[in-house]
Amino acid sequence: MAAVKPSERIMVPLPSHSIVPIEDMHKAPVLQTHQLGIDFGGLTAVNNLNLAIGPTEICGLIGPNGAGKTTVFNLLTNVYQPTRGTILLDGYDTKGKSCDQVSKMGIARTFQNIRLFGKMTVMDNVKIGMHNQLHTSFMSSVTHSFGYKKAEKQAYDKAKELLDFFGMADLRHHEAGSLPYGAQRRLEIIRALATNPKILLLDEPAAGMNPSETAELMENIRRIRDEFQIAVMLIEHDMNLVMGICEGICVLNYGEIIAKGTPDEIKANPKVIEAYLGKKAD
Amino acid sequence: MKKPKLRKSTVNNLITYAIVALFYIVVTVMIQTGNASRHMQSLLVPICVNIVLAVSLNLVIGFLGELSLGHAAFMSVGAYTGGLLSIFLKKALPDLPVMVRFPLSILAGGILAAIFGALVCVVVLRLKGDYLAIVTLAFGEILRSIVINLEFTGGASGLKGVPQNASFTYGIILVFITLFVIQNLAKSKHGRAIQALRDNTIAATSVGINATRYKLLVFTLAAFFAGMAGVLYSHNYSILTAGTFDYNYSIEILVMVVLGGIGSVRGSVIAAALIAILPEMLRSLQDYRMLIYAIVLIVMMLFTSNEQLKLMVAKYSPVNAVKNALAAKKVKKEEN
Amino acid sequence: MSFLSNFISGLSLGSIYALIALGYTMVYGIAKMLNFAHGDVIMVGAFTVIVVVNSLGLPGVVGILASVLICVLMGVTIERIAYKPLRSSPPLSVLITAIGVSYFLQSLALLIFGSTQKSFPKVFTVAPVHLGELTIKGESIETLAVTTVIMVGLTLFINKTKMGKAMRAVSEDREAAELMGISVNRTITVTFAIGSALAAVAGLFFGATYGFIGPYSGAMPGIKAFVAAVFGGIGSIPGAMLGGILLGIIENLAKAYISTELSDAIVFGVLVLVLLVKPTGLLGKKINEKV
Repeated sequence: MAAVKPSERIMVPLPSHSIVPIEDMHKAPVLQTHQLGIDFGGLTAVNNLNLAIGPTEICGLIGPNGAGKTTVFNLLTNVYQPTRGTILLDGYDTKGKSCDQVSKMGIARTFQNIRLFGKMTVMDNVKIGMHNQLHTSFMSSVTHSFGYKKAEKQAYDKAKELLDFFGMADLRHHEAGSLPYGAQRRLEIIRALATNPKILLLDEPAAGMNPSETAELMENIRRIRDEFQIAVMLIEHDMNLVMGICEGICVLNYGEIIAKGTPDEIKANPKVIEAYLGKKAD
Repeated sequence: MKKPKLRKSTVNNLITYAIVALFYIVVTVMIQTGNASRHMQSLLVPICVNIVLAVSLNLVIGFLGELSLGHAAFMSVGAYTGGLLSIFLKKALPDLPVMVRFPLSILAGGILAAIFGALVCVVVLRLKGDYLAIVTLAFGEILRSIVINLEFTGGASGLKGVPQNASFTYGIILVFITLFVIQNLAKSKHGRAIQALRDNTIAATSVGINATRYKLLVFTLAAFFAGMAGVLYSHNYSILTAGTFDYNYSIEILVMVVLGGIGSVRGSVIAAALIAILPEMLRSLQDYRMLIYAIVLIVMMLFTSNEQLKLMVAKYSPVNAVKNALAAKKVKKEEN
Repeated sequence: MSFLSNFISGLSLGSIYALIALGYTMVYGIAKMLNFAHGDVIMVGAFTVIVVVNSLGLPGVVGILASVLICVLMGVTIERIAYKPLRSSPPLSVLITAIGVSYFLQSLALLIFGSTQKSFPKVFTVAPVHLGELTIKGESIETLAVTTVIMVGLTLFINKTKMGKAMRAVSEDREAAELMGISVNRTITVTFAIGSALAAVAGLFFGATYGFIGPYSGAMPGIKAFVAAVFGGIGSIPGAMLGGILLGIIENLAKAYISTELSDAIVFGVLVLVLLVKPTGLLGKKINEKV
């Protein structure tokens, strides 16, 4: 693998093994990894990870506990610097970038254990998500000049619009930490969307939800893809959700991909059944 | 229900300005009418110095969530820079009016302190919490021993001959500038970003906030104001000694911030003034001053950070009782 | 003074730092907090000896025992009153409280004993040893000897006893240790007790070496010992020993060959350098934040 300059955009066609929506077939993948891997001390947590996700694909990342799923997210968002391999976002290498730079490039995420700014209002949480789209200079924010007021107004309107999209506009003045669990999860997704991403990574979005909340979440994930025209990648243990909305699924076990394919292919894959589904009674 | 949060914070800021303005007017009237004793007048500049120091340290502690124990050191950088510049300008350009010379010194002191603030921040960039606090403390001690060993700072015997230009009006102007900048900043996208980093660094960086940049901004800005306060300080006394700006001074500023409530700008203003006045008012308590500071730190922390004690305070606090009564009244009104 | 005698007095000073650093590092490892008041416990210990021996006229051994006892009691009480209620609070609150406790002890000592330094009694005397040109002070010999014994004993305690195992478990993962039936509160109390006892011993040697004790005598060695603990790698017991001894040698050599006034600045410079180059210290482990 030749070293790639960060500024060079590499155009790669979608590999044939990726399962993408029909309209994505001729577009370059939004996110691509090549032989990605990380070691912690002597332990190899993720290895030989090759992914390609279409620009409007909903992709599931599943696998037994401890398979390294969250580690993959941490690698994609540069929380951990990979030991080897490459990540290309829209053709740009993310090597050596900090977390905030990766966010600016277009990767947004939620966390397994909700990480909201609990003492701040719902509105402020969304506004913080819009940080890099608000152009207020230091001087104008200190003097509260006209530019500041205009930017704040725009931010307020856009944040309200986003909250409205998920039916949360009425809660905008509430403290984020005081919201019910489901609403907190939704707010975290809204905050991630506020960064204007190209791909949204959701880490167990349905954890702790009841079936009706999960159904609503599935609907919301589809709406996010359709409205914002972005890719969504999700880690989830709820098989109904994964099989119900994902176009492509990757199965991870011991840090390596053991299967890729459509939900039907994954369901039928003996390797997957052995590693993961086989443990279940159904 | 139209943007109540926004309005509330604006009102909060206005109250703070009003308190300072009222204080200035009352004192000025008292001086004009001859009701202010010399002793009282001698406290006015120190009050302003304290307020600027406390509000700027609160930016680091309350908004960034880190503890700096080197605030007095940044102040000393400003004090010496401004003092030396004033001495030099007075000699080189004797015709330069004080109105130009003194603000120039204040600005120069602030800028050099800001540079030091940025330098220290570069060193502690990867650190947080206890480590960061200890390094800022170490920085203060290093700086103090360097100042004592230098020739042009007057060494251990101190710097003499700084023109005594500091006045209450200059002090209040500096207080207003500090409040204006810090309160406005806190409300802007930059202020939100700083508080987001404090509450959850990982989440904040995940939405694209540059942690390094904002840490640097906060340290630089806090040092800038501490430096300006230092210039005001050095132009208020006939002699400037390095020993003043030691660890104990940094702790005193910390006590102001803690007493006023971490993160509360108005609290810092009031507490800073109190700490400047009280020891003078209660001369008999002079010996116990440090002990009282220590107890303030411990008790304030216990009662604001321990959940059970916090609930107890909330239950018996008269302020909350009034608040709750008002809220209950409001609910009743809405029901009707 | 020759290089070798500077080196040996550095070694002796370093042993004192190491004793104090052990207290810091154990408390940091187990209670995950910087006990800012640890340095001031040394001062309290030394003052206890002064009161018992000079004012009450009791023998030195009683002074030592009383000093250890008072320091242990005080360490445990401080933990109970000031730190325990904040165990689940943000680190910033704990740090500020610890600074408050440190300030409290200093100002209390100032009120009781005044600001003039008191002379420290000669509790026991060891004759200086002459090796040709070189003279090793008695205090250096006793400091080195006792410190070595304590360090060996502490290492055995941590590695061989049940309590030591509990300490290591709590330091690794507090919740898991609690689930395994280890009393976290008791373990932390014992840690504070041991740390304070070590500080009392350090106070004894500090007093014997410098001859005078004032209300602020503990602050500087305390902060320097923390630097030593960071230098060696915080949370690591061998690291605290190594860091303490190295720092003592560095300080003494800096005093002898560079400048007495700047020696403190040089010690702090070491801290800044270590944190920049290897923030985990010489023997420390890297801790990853869980995401």
